[in-house]
Amino acid sequence: MRTYVVKRLLIAGVTLLGMSLLLFVLMRLAPGNITDIIFESAGYVDEADRLKLEVELGIDRGRWLGDFVRGELGKSYRYDLPAWEVIKPRLPVTLELAVLAMGFSVLLGVPFGVISAARRGGLIDYVLRVVSLAGLSMPSFWLAMIVILLLVRSMGWIPSMTYVSPFDDLRANLAQFLLPALAVGYRSSALIMRITRSTMLEVLREDYIRTAWAKGQRGRQVVWRHALKNASLPVVTLIGIEFAFLIGGLIVTETVFNLPGVARYLVDAIQFRDYPIVQNLAMLIAVVVVFANLTVDLLYTWLDPRIKYGA
Amino acid sequence: MATVPSIEIAIPETLPRVRGRGPAFWRFVRKNPLGAAGGLLVVLLLGAALFADVLATHNPIRTSSRVLVAPGADFWLGTDNLGRDLWSRVVYGSRISLTVGLASTLLGALVGGLIGLVSGYVGGWTDLVAQRLMDIMQALPILVLALVLAAALGPSLTNTVIAISVVIAPRAARVVRASVLAIREFVYVESARALGVSHARVALRHILPNTFGPFIVLVTAQLGGAILAEAALSFLGLGVPEPYPSWGRMLSIAAAEYAQKAPWLVIYPGLAISLAVFGTNLLGDALRDTLDPRLRGS
Repeated sequence: MRTYVVKRLLIAGVTLLGMSLLLFVLMRLAPGNITDIIFESAGYVDEADRLKLEVELGIDRGRWLGDFVRGELGKSYRYDLPAWEVIKPRLPVTLELAVLAMGFSVLLGVPFGVISAARRGGLIDYVLRVVSLAGLSMPSFWLAMIVILLLVRSMGWIPSMTYVSPFDDLRANLAQFLLPALAVGYRSSALIMRITRSTMLEVLREDYIRTAWAKGQRGRQVVWRHALKNASLPVVTLIGIEFAFLIGGLIVTETVFNLPGVARYLVDAIQFRDYPIVQNLAMLIAVVVVFANLTVDLLYTWLDPRIKYGA
Repeated sequence: MATVPSIEIAIPETLPRVRGRGPAFWRFVRKNPLGAAGGLLVVLLLGAALFADVLATHNPIRTSSRVLVAPGADFWLGTDNLGRDLWSRVVYGSRISLTVGLASTLLGALVGGLIGLVSGYVGGWTDLVAQRLMDIMQALPILVLALVLAAALGPSLTNTVIAISVVIAPRAARVVRASVLAIREFVYVESARALGVSHARVALRHILPNTFGPFIVLVTAQLGGAILAEAALSFLGLGVPEPYPSWGRMLSIAAAEYAQKAPWLVIYPGLAISLAVFGTNLLGDALRDTLDPRLRGS
């Protein structure tokens, strides 16, 4: 077990190192580096000054990685502030949105997945499968736009332009977050429902379930207690991975709902060619994803004692 | 469940009849109504892309002074803020979606599949390095990686295809590698080697064809994702640039701005994306059920 943990940590480290390299190269490839913009606006070009500026802005590779490890995320060219200063107030927004969306998706995905499996081939199974596939098919930003459109038409509701902190006004905050969270959560709930359904179907075929039926257990008990317990492992895995991957869905949703989160900031930064920020934000997201995966893998052993990790 | 004794299967009374295309097709429709519906949607999408010239009623990129006209006899789905006919744009948009979707999926699946085949068959250090590289590529959410790639390469049709295929490749590599690892241990592979068949030939002729089922399943599954990724990238202004009528692009800033005045600008392009992806997803599910029974219903 211990060697396994060490090995996994090493792999995570290698992955993140590789990611930092990849991001660095990509940002170098990007047309119109920030220094270009500065120099264009300044109107003169001196290679030495330019290199100095690159080092200053953290585009210089060696320094960037060191800085990143120390938690210094470089300086935003656009805001002329340390990147972390710009990112920090945005983190709670994205975090709250992600947690709410994940909550929705689990609350919707797991029960519907179980019902769908228990009623396999029935009408309710078909309906649920179509609804979940529709969730996987609709771009979340479009769903969000349609929801806003409908609300404005029917109730005159307009998405708030300013962010309200939950500590200032919880109700206003929830009113602001509920819809974007649902729009993002729908997609994840569809994934969770599908995996719940398929693992439930597998488990329901097993002998101990037949035994439970045979000894006259009530149907609900068999499905929701006996079967769901053993089907939960892949579901938990997916939930862990989805949580990190939710960020992808947040990018567009935060843009549509005008929420000042981290994901939207990434788009802003790309559009303003604020590449140190892009580089650092992408790296931050990679760290979150890699550690979410690691946590899920380690949770495996704890959740399922049958799994033993050798070398 | 009643099981048929295997001996009865071993001695069939008549040889199984070779079915023609017709009955097999109808059997698929009856067994997979959802898959058939998906197939229909995909055919419609293909039809729209192939016959866009015939189906379109106006030039999709020519602007006119008749801006934000509501859907009606002249403009079936209305016009946008630049006076372009939305129906024609949606029809031509199917070409962009399908081209980017298919090209990026195929490119990603081929490159990824090749990596998976080599890393699974050769094993050892090659496998280890390939696996770590795939880890790195998968350490970012799909859209984030595609976004960063698109930003680095600059917005163009080709670059959008490249950005999305890079995201798909590691997934294809994983799938093919997993099947190769299982197939490599089969006795027939060993006997082919014993007969003196070269490694390249074993890998390409004896192993590769057997990974085809999961591979097709993966390709159809990723096609919908690729179409969605293109839509999201174009929506954010980092995908297919103007003047190409891309569905995602149609939904971006302009549509959001005029949404209240002209809701059709929001409704129809999004509906087109959703139906296209829904169709490929339904078809993908049905194909998986048919080609890969182990994964049935997941």
